[in-house]
Amino acid sequence: MLDGFLIGLETAFSIKNLFMVIGGCIIGTFIGMLPGLGPMSIIAIMIPIAISIGDPSTALILLAGVYYGAVFGGSTSSILINAPGVASTVATSFDGYPLARKGKAGKALTIAAISSFFGGTVGAILLVFFAPTLASFALLFHSAEYFALMIVGLSAIAAFAGKGQVTKALLMTVTGLILATIGEGAQFNMPRFTMGIMDLQSGIGFITIAMAMFAIPETLFLVLDPSRSETKKNKDSEIKDLRITKKEFKEIFPVISRQSIQGFLIGVMPGAGATIASFLGYAVERNIASNEDKKMFGKGSIKGLAAPESANNAACTGSFVPLLTLGIPGSGTTAILLGALIALNVSPGPRLMIDQPDVFWSVIISMYIGNLILLALNLPLIPYIAKILTIPRTYLIPFILFFTLKSRSPTDDFIPVLIR
Amino acid sequence: MLGADTTIAFSGKSLRITQFAPIVQLLPIFTFPKILAAFGFFISILILLNIEKNEVNTSENLDYKKVTNHSYFKVILLILGMVLYALNLRYLGFILSSFLFLSLSSFLLGERNFVKCLIIILISTISIWYLVNEVLGIYMNPYPLFLKVFI
Repeated sequence: MLDGFLIGLETAFSIKNLFMVIGGCIIGTFIGMLPGLGPMSIIAIMIPIAISIGDPSTALILLAGVYYGAVFGGSTSSILINAPGVASTVATSFDGYPLARKGKAGKALTIAAISSFFGGTVGAILLVFFAPTLASFALLFHSAEYFALMIVGLSAIAAFAGKGQVTKALLMTVTGLILATIGEGAQFNMPRFTMGIMDLQSGIGFITIAMAMFAIPETLFLVLDPSRSETKKNKDSEIKDLRITKKEFKEIFPVISRQSIQGFLIGVMPGAGATIASFLGYAVERNIASNEDKKMFGKGSIKGLAAPESANNAACTGSFVPLLTLGIPGSGTTAILLGALIALNVSPGPRLMIDQPDVFWSVIISMYIGNLILLALNLPLIPYIAKILTIPRTYLIPFILFFTLKSRSPTDDFIPVLIR
Repeated sequence: MLGADTTIAFSGKSLRITQFAPIVQLLPIFTFPKILAAFGFFISILILLNIEKNEVNTSENLDYKKVTNHSYFKVILLILGMVLYALNLRYLGFILSSFLFLSLSSFLLGERNFVKCLIIILISTISIWYLVNEVLGIYMNPYPLFLKVFI
């Protein structure tokens, strides 16, 4: 193992590969910030470039950089304008957006960046030591276990409900599940509830629902009640302020460390992925918080912001375990990565570590470098990004609506998903 | 029966339903939706009977007394604009339809500095189109459909 690690170290620190990490991270964060373009579409776009590079480790380092860069940058739009572009950052908007509305956008973005950094780094460390062991653990998961995991995920909704609203939350869960049955059934591919409309054949997308439930109502509320965006009252300096106090750091540190590990473990299981990790992370933290803290959740709690952010980044790293060691893609994004790997003549599986140690280890090591670069890249930019909120609302509202309508999945031909 | 017809149309050939494997000849399965519907019905009754004590937290909600009719009108027009934009995107092309949507809605929201507004919107529409179409390589039809005949 040490031999492989050293070979990987050498490969990852070559000038070419360092440039690839930096390039991948920059492309990933900036495109990830655009609401509507998630990691899946960015990776799909980058594949031709990666394949033309030819060297599998360099190509995979680039694609991995784009992947976790996009997850890192994806939180920006959900914090600032409540328009999550990626499914895994929906939970981030629960507490990130209220914080930004209080005029603490800079602080919210900093907490998100730090939690993401910790999540990614802890994930990469766990990946080095436990990848082979975890691969066998992931294989133990069968349909019964997945069913149990989904039940846990759905029951976590109780955490969002609050006192006296559990029945309403349950009704909305059922409504969501009914909406999910639209489209082709998973087993026989017979269309259900499509009413003969071709566009409903593939069902209603998660991001479409998230945009319709979070971004559009929030924007229209801004029209109804202009005082809702309190940012104008606050001084410009507070929006840009990105310092977090020692007390706040002490408060979020246990949250970050717990959620990094939990998120990583959920990411390892094929099929679970970053979305479930972030929602579960939020729910768990809300349930174990003290009663005083619990009231803050959903109203701009820094714990509620840190939990999903560290969980989704750790899960994103964790999803590389089944991909590299078993050749099983755990999510849509890693399925595209798997396609790229096969096109590059790399066959992921248990033999990858032995046959091509440079590919395996250099990707993992590049994740440390990438996470450091992301932090160094994002922290100085936060004051400028947070200034988005000071754009006059006559421009801000049309543009939010515009980007919301433009949010897409990789299979659509850039036509609004909401109404086609 | 509708479902079966769609599948046949989707395959592009005039296949008869008997040509599918026996299991596929079944109509779409509605067991899960039915269970969900029954469950939802039961919960709705629970909510209607008000069994659970409700503690509504109003601080986060919108204060509807403050809202004027004028802003309701604005919201309705904005929603209408979004629908029209989505429907016309194919025919007017990305640049023209986005430009119209953005400029009209910012006019609706009270922007009166026309020159500045139109310049900002024109530049951003074209640069978004350039980024998505040229740099990222996702095709978006930039021109109105009737112009496409000549280009």
